[in-house]
Amino acid sequence: MSTDTFSTYETAWCPGCGNFAILDCLKKALEQLGKKPSEVLLAAGIGQAAKTPQYLSANAFCGLHGRSLPAAVAAKIANESLTVIVNTGDGDSYGEGGNHFLHNIRRNVDITHFVHDNQIYGLTKGQASPTSIEGLVTGVQTDGNINEPLNPMLVAIACGAGFVARGFTGRKEQLISLMKQAIEYKGYALVDILQPCISFNKTNTFGWYNERVYELEESYNPQDKIAAMTRAMEFDEKIPLGVLYREEKCTYHQKNTVLKTGTPLLDQTTDPAVMNRLIASYI
Amino acid sequence: MYNLLIGGAAGQGIETTAAILERLLKRSGYFVFTVRDFMSRVRGGHNFSLLRFGTEPIHSHSNRLDGIIAMDDETILQHISQLKPDGFILCDSKLTTTDARAMKLDMDGMAKKLGNPRVAGSIAIGVILKLFGESQDGAEDVFRAFVKQPLIEINLKALQEGYQFVETRFEHRKGSYKDWMLISGSHAVALGAAAAGLRFYSAYPMSPSTAIMETIASFADDAGIVVEQAEDEIAAINMAIGASYAGARAMTGTSGGGFSLKVEALGLSGMAEIPLVVIDVQRPGPVTGLPTRTEQSDLKFVISASQGEFPRLVIALRNAEDAFYQTMRAFHLAEKYQIPVILLSDQYIGDATATVEPFDPVRVQVMPSGNAYTSEEEYLRYRYTEDGVSPRLIPGKSEHLVCIDSDEHDERGHITESAEVRTKMADKRMKKLEDLEQELLEPEFIGADDFDTLILGWGSTWGPITEAVGLLNQNGKKRYAALVFGDIYPLPQKLLREKAAVAKRLINVEQNATGQLAGLVREATGITCDGSILKYDGRQITAEEILERMQREEEK
Repeated sequence: MSTDTFSTYETAWCPGCGNFAILDCLKKALEQLGKKPSEVLLAAGIGQAAKTPQYLSANAFCGLHGRSLPAAVAAKIANESLTVIVNTGDGDSYGEGGNHFLHNIRRNVDITHFVHDNQIYGLTKGQASPTSIEGLVTGVQTDGNINEPLNPMLVAIACGAGFVARGFTGRKEQLISLMKQAIEYKGYALVDILQPCISFNKTNTFGWYNERVYELEESYNPQDKIAAMTRAMEFDEKIPLGVLYREEKCTYHQKNTVLKTGTPLLDQTTDPAVMNRLIASYI
Repeated sequence: MYNLLIGGAAGQGIETTAAILERLLKRSGYFVFTVRDFMSRVRGGHNFSLLRFGTEPIHSHSNRLDGIIAMDDETILQHISQLKPDGFILCDSKLTTTDARAMKLDMDGMAKKLGNPRVAGSIAIGVILKLFGESQDGAEDVFRAFVKQPLIEINLKALQEGYQFVETRFEHRKGSYKDWMLISGSHAVALGAAAAGLRFYSAYPMSPSTAIMETIASFADDAGIVVEQAEDEIAAINMAIGASYAGARAMTGTSGGGFSLKVEALGLSGMAEIPLVVIDVQRPGPVTGLPTRTEQSDLKFVISASQGEFPRLVIALRNAEDAFYQTMRAFHLAEKYQIPVILLSDQYIGDATATVEPFDPVRVQVMPSGNAYTSEEEYLRYRYTEDGVSPRLIPGKSEHLVCIDSDEHDERGHITESAEVRTKMADKRMKKLEDLEQELLEPEFIGADDFDTLILGWGSTWGPITEAVGLLNQNGKKRYAALVFGDIYPLPQKLLREKAAVAKRLINVEQNATGQLAGLVREATGITCDGSILKYDGRQITAEEILERMQREEEK
């Protein structure tokens, strides 16, 4: 299998940043799935993670902070033949874009959402993010973060997401596999990727994650929602990696009357007879 | 010309009664114009529709009434002073009025006897048809459009009861508008969007813009359109931009409050050069303001909304016909120049139903989404071109990659901080205005050339101003004329400069408190208005009010 289908470009990330591993895994996952650059749309908001589409040769939509999901799902609604992948950070996905996170789980459009979760704001140089742990001292949270961290895995399962997984940049082979499963999953797929920010998060370091992560055992049943919620609540002492929850669900495209015809929306046309009938209905 | 008011509390069926009656009158040949005045509540309060009809075109409402159809005492109390001396009141016998002009009829009792208290409105329709010498022909067909099948028969019976009750009082005049459409501005926008090839409409419900979303949703399945109710207005506009980028013609709509939320993404459309049509159906602000009423106070907001500088086009809708054709044109120009086009409507024009010649869905040619690319050169989404417009490809439709970025970007669509590229890209974007300005539509000139006073207006005041110019010139001396802007930003200046140069006096008529058009005209041309007629009480100005206030202006 060719490993050169996708090209990468010089990045503006800090040396040692976890984003390099994610970019590399994404490239491999897409190549292993046999995707062509022109059929892939990488969407992002704003942030260090959100620069990912700038560094891989595919179609790219680098939109607004927090707003990658609405643009990405609509692009998929417009053209279902695109493989739509959102790469963006914890602040973008769970903070600024929190409302879109909740409601796009409900929509269940067939897109993939990779959250580069470093539990800190990187681009703005080190303030608490929605997933920052309590007590984290930053330039703004000078007495330590007093807010409890959001648990994105638990929220996603509770909201009805059909594919909820967690990866870690220190386990690249597993991450590639999770990415491939998420891309192939029919519906909204979330992979929260633990990624150290070497410049601004001195607490949740590579070593901190490495001490806590473990891969879900083979006997684990990802279709058991209660078990998934129990595992999703693990974080402080040990952190499970893998597909926490998986359920086959009807997608937006399968439920929408216009889209389930199978003709991509952008190729549909309005029958002139329908237009004339509409006009006549006002006479 | 006749003018009827149908009033009552929310939930009493005022809207349906007006909708059926106006359709029946239009089908008998009358030109009909109906405005809706309602409160922001689902039950109770005081709502009314003003239904004006005649054999000549009517473009605005009037507050002088030939008849009041009152479903409650409040309606009579509030409007009796507007009733002409020879007018009539039609009401249920239980109402308390002692006015000699009242025709009391036990409509509630008759409706109950027929088996459904809700058909009282249809009894009233029967009375009105007979009063005006109309036949009941075709009533069944109209009821079918507004009433559920099992209820059609009982409504027709109710109509018949009312019809028998009175003698014809007004002379039936034969109009020639039987085959014209009767449509509101918001419905016309929805049809215009469909005719332009709309594929995706996303919005969050907000009065008075929701009728557009509901109308598109009503035919979306047949027309191949996806309507998505977004979780908020920010999602709505970002979805529309995402869909448009991916090749589906897209639109979003809202009122001022929702537009405020959409502002950042408006800039994304401008910066990333993704075609977008946004409609703002204005209502009085600031913030929640008067949710179900009308105003023209978002002009200065939408022409400058979003940080930074980018080209945009703002088109104000003047009437239902404009609403259809200008919506189509908005899609064409958004695609042609790869810019956001903002349509400014308001509650008045959005909800008023007007009689219009049947729309021609192919009169306005709309460019397809995206260009073909046959060049041997590498495809660059933001290639520098002479006119500033770069070839737009649809991602996934070719081997070329389509990269867009909200950051300043190079020709490839990749982030850059180069001072040189920044300047060239900003110039490229603004360059598009040069051609756009060449194809702006000049304002409509109303009146004759030998005028002294020139009225300036925009958007929905077109109807009242048109009628007012006629009234003002009734004495035979053609002293008044008007320019009413549709395309408003960038401001078309040719006709304005020409007419302003010969006017002795310039008066702007606007539904806002600060004279926003006058300000824009002054900024763009240095032309200053000598007086203003401004109204911002949430109710649309009438021709009579313009007439009266113009006389006061002249006494100053």
